[in-house]
Amino acid sequence: MARIAGIDLPNKKRGEIGLTYIFGIGKATAQSILDQAGISHDVKVEEWDDDQLTAIRTIINDSVKVEGSLRSEVQLNIKRLMDIGCYRGLRHRKGLPVRGQRTKNNTRTRKGKRKTVANKKKATK
Amino acid sequence: MARSIKKGPYIDHNLESKVLTMNEISKKSVIKTWSRRSMISPDFVGHTFAVHNGNKFIPVYVTENMVGHKLGEFAPTRTFRGHSEKKK
Repeated sequence: MARIAGIDLPNKKRGEIGLTYIFGIGKATAQSILDQAGISHDVKVEEWDDDQLTAIRTIINDSVKVEGSLRSEVQLNIKRLMDIGCYRGLRHRKGLPVRGQRTKNNTRTRKGKRKTVANKKKATK
Repeated sequence: MARSIKKGPYIDHNLESKVLTMNEISKKSVIKTWSRRSMISPDFVGHTFAVHNGNKFIPVYVTENMVGHKLGEFAPTRTFRGHSEKKK
């Protein structure tokens, strides 16, 4: 089983897809990594030999920010916005959409599960 | 869409010149401004701006982290105090 950046990659998937299981690597990054390592995109993860695996590891170590360090960078960026008290920071604090989306309805991803207001009158027909 | 880098940051001329003259004589006073659209440039650090929010002026003390944001981002224009309580 190939283990890169603390993540177990799925054996049965093609390399370019398998790499995307790492946080911070999407399909484009995965393809460029494989290109740099000189591996075909279509080779399955379980078919990589040790040399190819170390090549991929060194490329990711040197040039791609993944997993923990990437997550903490994102958190730091959000924290910076909250600390300077700008509009985007306020939206992050309140857990509302940051980029000007409507909030009259929807936006459940940011707001979480619906909180029903008790005793709300039912709409009359 | 982000502003083209070729154009450089947008700062209202009169605001910028005010800050620059204040930097020259190293004086500090609150600058009243309506120019919410102006980008905060590194020269602004350490000054306090009174940014108009449509109703009154919000004091904004500029720190280094704020460079690259616009003045208006620090003076919210809307007040939301929550939904009304249910009447009994």
